Amino acid sequence: MSQQITIRRARKSDLDHVAGLDERVTGIAKPDYWRDIYTRYAARRTKERFFLVAEAAGGEGECPVLGFIVGEVRAWEFGSRPCGWVFAFSVEPETRLQGIGERLFEAMSAEFRNAGIETMRTMVARHNRLHMAFFRSEGMVAGPYLQLEKTLNE
Amino acid sequence: MKLQISSRLAIFALLELAGDPQRQVSVSEIGEKFGVSAHHLAKVMHTLGRAGLVRSIRGVGGGYSFAGNARRTTLLDVIELFEETSSVDCDMAEAGDLSSAEWALSQVLCEIDDIARATLGAITLSTMLKQIARRSEAKPARATASA
Ligand SMILES: CC(C)(COP(=O)(O)OP(=O)(O)OC[C@H]1O[C@@H](n2cnc3c(N)ncnc32)[C@H](O)[C@@H]1OP(=O)(O)O)[C@@H](O)C(=O)NCCC(=O)NCCS
Repeated sequence: MSQQITIRRARKSDLDHVAGLDERVTGIAKPDYWRDIYTRYAARRTKERFFLVAEAAGGEGECPVLGFIVGEVRAWEFGSRPCGWVFAFSVEPETRLQGIGERLFEAMSAEFRNAGIETMRTMVARHNRLHMAFFRSEGMVAGPYLQLEKTLNE
Repeated sequence: MKLQISSRLAIFALLELAGDPQRQVSVSEIGEKFGVSAHHLAKVMHTLGRAGLVRSIRGVGGGYSFAGNARRTTLLDVIELFEETSSVDCDMAEAGDLSSAEWALSQVLCEIDDIARATLGAITLSTMLKQIARRSEAKPARATASA
């Protein structure tokens, strides 16, 4: 069944729910990280930093935050023109496959567009089929940069 | 990366059918569209039928219709019905009995194969259909592929 939701900017009162959802999804509790993300992405420079949540209609249930997405405009990293980066994204496991992820993604695209940005980027683990399939289905394709790495203790 | 002709035909035929699951299309119609012999296509359709991706309908006006789940069937799922996709180079790189130069080259080729597989395994038929629709909105004249 499809959920009635609204997408809005995160508020301080969402923090525990966001941190709880992230912990359920990743298995790692990181309350300090989320407090810091809130301060940096929801409380200042909000014309270029976006912390959005999907809220269940009514919004007062036990689990009012059904998903979140965090992104920002980054300019001139690696010589790149300004672009929008999405770096945190999650939907409540019990309410997946109902279009909430897509609504969050579209809302973030709209924020970037309003900020005058033409390209949106993210990074996915290439063996994570769910993440890859989701972003592909939203029309994302391989960008012009490749992420490289080196093990330093060899 | 080069796909075998059967894999390419299978993907084109599935996109043709999955675009409208109610539609029944004959092998000759699909063959004509992509400029291939009905004989070659018939074999491809048979394999797709066995995999449950298409259903054959007998009789006048018969042909094939889509029977799979376009949102969950990836390009890799289709390709693997027709060709081996596991990487020889990755197997070699792990085997250990190579010269250093052979090992280093296998590493590079394995890396490329791995990215190709991950990409094909993440793109569903429905994602392809969306991509085609976007292109035909932008360029209404030509929206089909040819083998
Ligand atoms: C990726 C994610 C955000 C998708 O959220 P969702 O609300 O289920 O997504 P939607 O319902 O909007 O799906 C949109 C499209 O994505 C694709 N998709 C989503 N889940 C999929 C799956 N399990 N398999 C294949 N494709 C899938 C589909 O194409 C889908 O469109 P469709 O329903 O028309 O087929 C969600 O699965 C998630 O939160 N995953 C974990 C994220 C995570 O690990 N975060 C922590 C690190 S930041």
